[in-house]
Amino acid sequence: MTDAPQGYSGAVKHHGSDMFEGYPVDTANTAGDQAVTNYTINFGPQHPAAHGVLRMVMELDGEIIERVDPHVGLLHRGTEKLIEYKTYLQALPYFDRLDYCSPTAMEHSYVLAIEKLLDLEVPARAQYLRTMFAELTRICNHMLNIGSHVMDVGAMTPNLWIFELREDCLNFFERASGARMHSAYFRPGGVHQDVPEKLLYDIGQWCETRLPKLFGDAMSLVIDNRIFKQRNVDIATVSKEDALAWGFSGPMIRGSGIPWDIRKSQPYDAYAQMEFDIPVGTRGDCYDRFMVRVQEVYQSQRIILQCINAMPTGPIASLDRKVVPPKRGEMKQSMESLIHHFKLYTEGFHVPAGEVYVATESPKGEFGVYLVSDGTNKPYRCKIRPTAFSHLQAMDMMSKGHMLADTTAIIGAIDVVFGECDR
Amino acid sequence: MASPAPLIAPREGIAAALAKLLGDDLIEHVFLVGEDSITVRREAVAGVMIALRDNLDYQQLMEIAGVDYPERAERFEVVYHLLSVTKNHRLRVRVCTDEATPVPSIVPVWPVAGWLEREVFDMYGVLFAGNPDLRRILTDYGFQGHPQRKDFPLTGYTELRYSEEDKRVVYEPVKLAQDFRNFDFLSPWEGADYVLPGDEKAGGTGEAPGKGAPTPMTAAEVKKADDKAKASPPPTPKTTEKPEQTGAGAKTNLKAAKTSRDGAKATAAAKAKTPATKKAEKAPPKPKAPAKPRATRKPKGGDA
Repeated sequence: MTDAPQGYSGAVKHHGSDMFEGYPVDTANTAGDQAVTNYTINFGPQHPAAHGVLRMVMELDGEIIERVDPHVGLLHRGTEKLIEYKTYLQALPYFDRLDYCSPTAMEHSYVLAIEKLLDLEVPARAQYLRTMFAELTRICNHMLNIGSHVMDVGAMTPNLWIFELREDCLNFFERASGARMHSAYFRPGGVHQDVPEKLLYDIGQWCETRLPKLFGDAMSLVIDNRIFKQRNVDIATVSKEDALAWGFSGPMIRGSGIPWDIRKSQPYDAYAQMEFDIPVGTRGDCYDRFMVRVQEVYQSQRIILQCINAMPTGPIASLDRKVVPPKRGEMKQSMESLIHHFKLYTEGFHVPAGEVYVATESPKGEFGVYLVSDGTNKPYRCKIRPTAFSHLQAMDMMSKGHMLADTTAIIGAIDVVFGECDR
Repeated sequence: MASPAPLIAPREGIAAALAKLLGDDLIEHVFLVGEDSITVRREAVAGVMIALRDNLDYQQLMEIAGVDYPERAERFEVVYHLLSVTKNHRLRVRVCTDEATPVPSIVPVWPVAGWLEREVFDMYGVLFAGNPDLRRILTDYGFQGHPQRKDFPLTGYTELRYSEEDKRVVYEPVKLAQDFRNFDFLSPWEGADYVLPGDEKAGGTGEAPGKGAPTPMTAAEVKKADDKAKASPPPTPKTTEKPEQTGAGAKTNLKAAKTSRDGAKATAAAKAKTPATKKAEKAPPKPKAPAKPRATRKPKGGDA
């Protein structure tokens, strides 16, 4: 190491090499000596790892995150306001467009809320079909999230593989409802149409062969991978107390070690008859949340197979013709059916005055619908409780003190979709 | 409950516990459609939340929803949804307020309330005293008004587009190619009290204020009726073992009494001639009454 030139009494900059030997060095103004002030950057709103239109104003101290202020609402479409101007049935497709990665799970809360207000009985086959498709949606959603989470922290291959599985799920939705994503398949009183036997057979086959093989292969590349663990273990650790205080739900609260699953504790549809386990994490970090989702895929697979094996026969929607429209074949024969059809598709059904809050376990957490009815054919108020809203709010709490590059892992483990967060 | 909605068992003794815990702060407790909801005093809401969290084990705040009832004096309801993960129960807490009166913020109780209150503020303009960061959250930067209020039009006031001339996004007042149509499906031929064009001169409302479609039952009433139907089956089931029980009338009873084509005699039925049947046999055919002129219809607006 060199001594400073004669006559200089300021700070000495050591360079670790002797290339500046004998030259006067302007040590007072080198970058390393300046007092570094925090600086603020925009993360998003057009960043591939922001999973949509998230804008985060981040205050950084070097590469350490000091403060995060997520700006949401860039995808706000006024869904709740629009629903107030639609009949109950017309409002249903809006729910598909909330969380467009798990559309049927969004419909599920809404139809259950309507059925609760109407006190409407739903035939067993419809309940099983809804349970099965809700679980298929969970797999479909987790395929997207797991894949993109892995890709956000640097792995390419698993995403390509499990997108194949997601594609299979979407094909199943198409075969059941005619639409790949926005299926509008769950209806108040049941489901829209029956599924062919071949579809049930194919889903069963898929669950037994293709899903475990492909998914298992893809996950074997990731879950014990050194780089993946370095990027996720001990990142954004959330304690049980924090998870409760910040309103966490779904894989986020289970990742923190609280075994809370609405499917188990407040069963709806056919979940009471299903046998499945609730995976929980131990440390509450990003890796635990990721692993909870991986395990949930296998649990969903179990539920789907149980549904297929126990699928009852019978009607696929309530026979209450004041709520559920008749089949087209009936309309050709019966005047009464024709009238019911006309009234249901113009005026719609009336829902008795009252209010309910119905929450279901969507793939991302507790998705709730607070429905206020005034007895007319349109909802007076339909408040949607998105899962991502409370999770994203904790972004500041979770990422404080972590590096900028960890942000992608944290967002990936939140599993945020802005259609749902911004409504 | 018949519907397949999430099953939440009613919590034992919750009404008494709430009354004891909250005292005067509790205005009302109702249990409807299987859900507990309480109305509390607005000023006391923060303390109530702490009490509910610490004494009744409602650990989580899941949602804060605003509801607008413009006809009320205090037009806004702020509805908190609490969840107890240990007692597996949900509770709805409600406070009322108006445009000017702030509601105490519960951010110190649950940090998650921060954004939820921001959303209610954004959508309804309800103020929360003590919220450290009461900015708009969902609407655009620089947005004016509170879109979820019932008097805010669905189409809003401004629209934006990218202007090719200015090379930037411009905001303009909303221009609709077609007026917004909101159909009133509440059976105008029965219930609505419309003034037909021109009738206002006659001083009447046009149509007699009809009784209208029956007011739909509330969800609680539906449940009550359902339970009642389940609980008590009718005392004697309706049967049609004898001809007089069919209600088909004397003519049909006679026909039924006749021997059928395959020779089997309907003796039992023949014996069971009721006085009414005999009378019907004896009686000569009634002369038909001359057709009465139809009663003239009441002209519309006859009440005027």
